Amino acid sequence: MATEVLHGTLDLMVLRTLDAMGPQHGFGLAKRILQVSEGLLELNQGTLYPALLRLEQRRWIKSRWGVSENNRKAKFYELTTRGRRQIREETASWELTVALMAKFLTKQAGEP
Amino acid sequence: MIWRRLVDLFRRRRLDTDLDAQLAYHVDALEAEFRAQGMPADEARAAARRAMGGVTQIQDAYRDQLRIPVIDTIRHDVRDAARAMRRNVTFTVVVVSTLAIGIGANTTVFTVLNSVLLKPLAYPKPDELVALKLSAPGAPGLADGLRLSPSMFRTFADRNRVFQSLGVFVATRSTVTDVGEPEEVRAIGISDGLLQTFNVPPAAGRWFVVGDHLGARRPPPTPLRQYTTVILSYGYWQRRFAGQQSVVGRTLTVDGLPKTIVGVMPREFRVVNADTELIFPLAFDEPRFTLAGFNYQGVARLRPGVTIPQANADVASLIPVWMQSWSDGPGTSPRIYETWEITPDLRPLKHEVIGGVTDVLWVVMATIGLVMLIACANVTNLLLVRAEVRQKELAVRAALGAGRARLIRGLLVESVLLGLLGGALGAGLAYAGVRVLLAIGPVNLPRLNEISVDARTLGFAAVLSLLSSVMFGLIPALKYTAPGIAATLGTLGRTTSVSRQRHRVRSALVVVQVAIALVLLVSAGLMIRTFQSIRHVEPGFTQAEHLQLLRMYFSQTAGTDPERVTRMQHAIQDKLASIPGVVSAAFGSAMPMEGFGPNLGVVNFGSIRAQDQVGPASDGGPVRLFKYASPGFFRTAGTRLIAGREITWTEVYDLRPVVVVSENLARELWGTPSAAVGKYIRHLPEMPWHEVIGVVQDVRENGVYEHTPPTVYWPTMSASLNARAGQPNAIRGVTFVVRSNRTSTPGFLNQIRQAVWSVNPSLPASPRTMREVYDQSLARTSFTLVMLAIAASMALLLGVVGIYGVIAYVVSQRRREIGIRAALGAQQGELQRMFVRQGLALAGIGIVAGLGAAAALTRLMSTLLYGITPLDPVTYLAVPVVLAIATALASYVPARRAASVDPVEALAVE
Repeated sequence: MATEVLHGTLDLMVLRTLDAMGPQHGFGLAKRILQVSEGLLELNQGTLYPALLRLEQRRWIKSRWGVSENNRKAKFYELTTRGRRQIREETASWELTVALMAKFLTKQAGEP
Repeated sequence: MIWRRLVDLFRRRRLDTDLDAQLAYHVDALEAEFRAQGMPADEARAAARRAMGGVTQIQDAYRDQLRIPVIDTIRHDVRDAARAMRRNVTFTVVVVSTLAIGIGANTTVFTVLNSVLLKPLAYPKPDELVALKLSAPGAPGLADGLRLSPSMFRTFADRNRVFQSLGVFVATRSTVTDVGEPEEVRAIGISDGLLQTFNVPPAAGRWFVVGDHLGARRPPPTPLRQYTTVILSYGYWQRRFAGQQSVVGRTLTVDGLPKTIVGVMPREFRVVNADTELIFPLAFDEPRFTLAGFNYQGVARLRPGVTIPQANADVASLIPVWMQSWSDGPGTSPRIYETWEITPDLRPLKHEVIGGVTDVLWVVMATIGLVMLIACANVTNLLLVRAEVRQKELAVRAALGAGRARLIRGLLVESVLLGLLGGALGAGLAYAGVRVLLAIGPVNLPRLNEISVDARTLGFAAVLSLLSSVMFGLIPALKYTAPGIAATLGTLGRTTSVSRQRHRVRSALVVVQVAIALVLLVSAGLMIRTFQSIRHVEPGFTQAEHLQLLRMYFSQTAGTDPERVTRMQHAIQDKLASIPGVVSAAFGSAMPMEGFGPNLGVVNFGSIRAQDQVGPASDGGPVRLFKYASPGFFRTAGTRLIAGREITWTEVYDLRPVVVVSENLARELWGTPSAAVGKYIRHLPEMPWHEVIGVVQDVRENGVYEHTPPTVYWPTMSASLNARAGQPNAIRGVTFVVRSNRTSTPGFLNQIRQAVWSVNPSLPASPRTMREVYDQSLARTSFTLVMLAIAASMALLLGVVGIYGVIAYVVSQRRREIGIRAALGAQQGELQRMFVRQGLALAGIGIVAGLGAAAALTRLMSTLLYGITPLDPVTYLAVPVVLAIATALASYVPARRAASVDPVEALAVE
């Protein structure tokens, strides 16, 4: 079942993908995110761009124009040091949330 | 984050195209992928679009991300405000120009204040520099404290433990004869250590070195040797040598002797306040040092961490050392100086440089600031009227749901826009204003060369415009956006008789304006009265405009023999007197107020003893001013002889011991002027007793503000002063004074030059009139007067406009009521009086408030006043009357219009 992007998670997805792949353009990012989500995520790929702008305004990523693999001009995004720090913090907070939710959602002994 | 958004705000257009390019690329890439998977072309395109999502939505989301909500609204407000301003051009022009004038005037004065008072002095580490001043309460008559003698300088320089370095200097005049016409230039002699103390590197060449201060021996009787090198000031270098580097090493003939130019000081270099042309090394001849010779001003650089009290204590401990180390000669006792109570009074050099203008500048700044307040009050009034007109618009907006904050912000943005426009124009005006101010400002304003518009001044203009715009914008903004304003929508537009309540703010503003205007008028009035009292002071000379002055120095080449010099001076005096139209001519060591300071080579002040004086036999006592006058000097200058007679040429050539004294000295020593004639005085014990042959009126030597120092006038050639073993000496730095009604005409000046050059062609002859000297001595007072008069006129004008505006507005609001009254039979005169009374009532409150404020504030300017108290009754009576009359006129004009209202027309309007 495909799901809408949960609010606030797209940022971390983008950052994490950039972390794994290195400098990447919007198309590449979208493709990779969808790939990783293995069809679980339903993404209007265009919504990636406002998100990229937001991340850039927060100085977590930076961008420059470059040439893509098929020899066209494309904008490449890459992580900044701040962005790496942000990944660490966000990851930690997500893990905490997941662990917490897991405690509530696991069936307790005695439950039907 | 906010910052990035701000930056992006300005890159908006570029970011938009960026997005489009990226989206295009993305769609193309997706399409290519789908086709690679085997989809037909058109289907692939459609699928790519679907996968992207709605382009418009993306663009919107993207733009939202670029937007800062507050800034957007403000942009909106600014656009609205600009539109409103364009709609009402007259209003905008009036407000902006009022503000521009106010801000311009304030910025101008602040520029001067900033450059003169606030900026540090143009020396390295200026805070370490102190003026080495001494006070001598036991030796009255030293207005500016006791200066240093060469022996004091030597003692302090060698023995102190608090200074890094110290030096002394003396300002004088020298004649340069080999560049162009002979010219008298301002020169400063400086001791070893002074340049090191200032620590300003030369612009070309070098400083003086120890060798320059050794000098060559010159004939007695001074403790100064002949120097052989000079340093030029930047200005003189530019003027005379067009700034050539090759000038270093060249010879210059100064006072008849060749000197080598060793260096040029940079443009901003000043020796304290002295604007000099030549700097020469003082070559002290130490074996000839006496305790006396207090002609030199000292400057020192404190060691790091040393405070002024510590330095004072150290110098104080050196004064007894100084007294024991030197002597005034056989038969004298250094104990005289104990009675002088010499005490160090060191102060930051900046105080010394700024001197007396601190008060003037702050008073001028305060007055101009008050004018700004009045201007703001006027603008507030205009904005109130406008807000009233726009009340309907505001009510509509409120009714449509605009919050109060939003309305206030809109109105404030408008005022800030007005303020900034005014500020920008005002800053421009300040550039011009500074130039005007310097033109009318006192010539002797300290640090004149440093005055310029800088970042701090522009910051001042910006802050002032912002502050004032908030000040005048807030009142109408708060008043016309009050809660419930939307409810008034229905009642608007019907001109009912307006309640007093609605005018309260405007009336209060007018009261404030009148009060401030009164304060300024009183200040200006006090200055005018000061000028009146000054005009009544007898300065000790008459008809200054008919006195032509010529300053010159008779160097050693003019003659080494004192009698030869005197004969030459006598010949010039006679030649000048024989020019057609000349009543008489004479010369002396200086004319009053000329500001020459000490005359090198002669005694300029000292104590005297009367032969019949009772009391201790010591020759100490109060210090008197010593001047030197040729026969006919008093008659020419117009100094009244009160008793006795002037000296004669025979007495001069015969070296007869005779003197003339001032009236106050005669009264002090012998009770009446006539009793003084025939009495005897002397300066030093080895001197013969000098007979008092005449008494002249008191002369305001140091300007009208200062009381006359008791003065002794010695002959210009004397066997006693400075001369050891009865060697006669003649004064060499003299001012010739010529009385004629042809002064300053080109023909006359030419004849004067010819007369001087016929006796000695190498003498300089740059003439000025006594009137110029007198006016310059009053420059500080006239400057204050002019500035206050300008400020007061602006205040009066703005105040009158304010009252006029309010009454005119009241009249326009009450047309209907006036119509009713007229219809019911009210007389025209009665209606007029009603409005004039209202104007006068407002002015009356303002005047009373203003009188109180003026009484408190004008005390601050008491140092600028002369002959009157800060509570001068004439001023305090006259100003309110003037203001009341102005108010009456200002309200009469609109009142007349009210009275001429045609009742039928007025009532038919609605």
